[in-house]
Amino acid sequence: MVVFDKPHALNDMPMHYCPGCTHGIIHRLVAEVLDELGIEGRAIGIAPVGCSVMAYNYFNCDMIEAAHGRAPAIATGVKRSDPENHVVFTYQGDGDLASIGMAETVHAAARNENITVIFVNNAIYGMTGGQMAPTSLPGQVTQTSPYGRDVNHCGYPIRVCEMLSQLEGPEYLERVTVNSVKNIRNAKKAIKKAFQNQLDGKGFSLVEVVSSCPTNWGMTPQAALKWIDDNMLPYYPLGVYKDRSAAKEEAK
Amino acid sequence: MAKLTFKTDNCKGCGLCVDACPKKLLQLAKDKINKKGHHPAEITDQAACVGCAFCAMMCPDCIIKVER
Amino acid sequence: MADKVLMKGNEAIAEAAILAGCRHYFGYPITPQTEIAAYMAKKMPKIGGCFLQAESEIAAINMVYGVSSTGKRVMTSSSSPGIALKSEGLSYLAGADLPAFIVNVQRGGPGLGGIQPSQSDYFQATRAGGHGDFRMIVLAPASVQEMADLTVKGFALADKYRMTAMVLADGTMGQMMEPVSLDFDIEPAPEKPWATTGTKLEREHNIVNSLFLAPEELEKFNFDRYERYKYIEENEAMYEEYLVDDADIVIAAFGIAARVSRSAVNEARKQGIKVGMIRPITLWPFPKAPFEKAAEHAKAFISVELSMGQMIEDVQLATKCKAPVTLCNRAGGMIPSPEQVLEAIKNAANGGAK
Repeated sequence: MVVFDKPHALNDMPMHYCPGCTHGIIHRLVAEVLDELGIEGRAIGIAPVGCSVMAYNYFNCDMIEAAHGRAPAIATGVKRSDPENHVVFTYQGDGDLASIGMAETVHAAARNENITVIFVNNAIYGMTGGQMAPTSLPGQVTQTSPYGRDVNHCGYPIRVCEMLSQLEGPEYLERVTVNSVKNIRNAKKAIKKAFQNQLDGKGFSLVEVVSSCPTNWGMTPQAALKWIDDNMLPYYPLGVYKDRSAAKEEAK
Repeated sequence: MAKLTFKTDNCKGCGLCVDACPKKLLQLAKDKINKKGHHPAEITDQAACVGCAFCAMMCPDCIIKVER
Repeated sequence: MADKVLMKGNEAIAEAAILAGCRHYFGYPITPQTEIAAYMAKKMPKIGGCFLQAESEIAAINMVYGVSSTGKRVMTSSSSPGIALKSEGLSYLAGADLPAFIVNVQRGGPGLGGIQPSQSDYFQATRAGGHGDFRMIVLAPASVQEMADLTVKGFALADKYRMTAMVLADGTMGQMMEPVSLDFDIEPAPEKPWATTGTKLEREHNIVNSLFLAPEELEKFNFDRYERYKYIEENEAMYEEYLVDDADIVIAAFGIAARVSRSAVNEARKQGIKVGMIRPITLWPFPKAPFEKAAEHAKAFISVELSMGQMIEDVQLATKCKAPVTLCNRAGGMIPSPEQVLEAIKNAANGGAK
């Protein structure tokens, strides 16, 4: 009996990510959810600009490549084109979603646009070679903060889930990570819920996945997973930041 | 007894599966190099594998199939 | 003959778009085109369509990109500074070979400029719609009727050639009221097997994309696209000629400038000056043929524009500089008067001696 294999929604093309990069794990989780909910044939994914720019090659569902930061706006168009049938998700990194595309993110959330957003936060611009991201930690050394991120000079990293949770609009916001089997299981639950919410017409669901970048963090894949525990999670605590339906249930 | 199958040519030798195995049954094959130029992951003792699939869950490149 | 209704130019565009099958409109407020959005906001919910006010011009054009990816007719409208913001999206639409219909009701620039009519986005529309090698079909209405006609035409051309068609109007065209016939034969949209509407597990996945990292591949897409553009140049140029056959002096003007110029031509003819006018209706493709032909007999050309002189370069290219081309213009939201154009005609008739 097969207990684990590549999900159908992920195709056979080898992914271009660096060894040990957790993008591959997150891709697989999204694909597993598409399989389990039986929605691959209805799904339309929007790839960002950044490391996952070529995500359109790896998913078997229809895919659209977006301009940098614009995925939520494109997703809005795709969803509104056929709200009953289209299952729409964006897959975006921190530079894409929280810097150049912040307006699109905030307003899609504020409209409670009925889409699913997978937000991969690894605190760095990977594709362009490791520049400071809107989520780079205070003191973090990057190509464009070679002496460490100086918050007096370039400000503080943005906690996206916490910020969006202040809006009335969004349905569901959760931060997860994928640095262990246990955390991967939780991440999958969150991603599945984010898609189920869309199927149930509940609205904007964003899962922030705290991720690693061994290459640009300058460490082994193993050390990068530990760095998530030691440095990322204290600044970006895991948890549910908003769940309107659950809150309503509790209030009953 | 469980069976692991590796898509060896897609392995990038990151070693995340090696660390994930609770029984320490995986290693990067020092004597082999795949098409990508990496030492691919392999199982040292197939008979001892219980098929927990932790290795497959940690693999970023989805190269491990687990059967039980 | 079909009944006519009195409409503002901007409203005529909106109604014609709906008749053409457009059910999705995305926009951001900017003067002087806001009536289009207002009309759509009222009408779309009643016909099962979608009007959505976007958070920015950039978001609006990307919502257009999203709907277009699914194969449906979709539009946005804006005015000069807003079109500049959309230029990123226009380039991506071109790179992904997506059809889209865009309206630019121009105002004076550069910068925030003003809100009065202008034609100073001619270069932007016909040359520099965004980064990279690409073209847009640019349609220049000179009446409220043409605002409607060219909207219907624009949707059809966009679908036919999988590219952006833009109506390049100005504040006057947008705001003026004229009787309009809205009796159109609408061509149904062609099949779009490339659209991303979900595979239904029945086909390979479709990808809408403008990223091609292999230069050989990217080059091929560019060459293929320019083959299509060449075909469009040969087959889709539209223009109107007025009294050109015997003309010594030929005016080139589009939009409101053409209406002003027509009055000046009539007056000059009364005074015995042989003057005519070529009015480009498509600015890209630019109607080169009538200019080439006119250059066989005309002694001078005058480009009448609401800009510092942009179309004049196309007139010079089309006439191959066989005769002098002078500029008669106002800028910054001002409109040339018939008297100013008449002066320019007389000056040209006197051999250009001021």
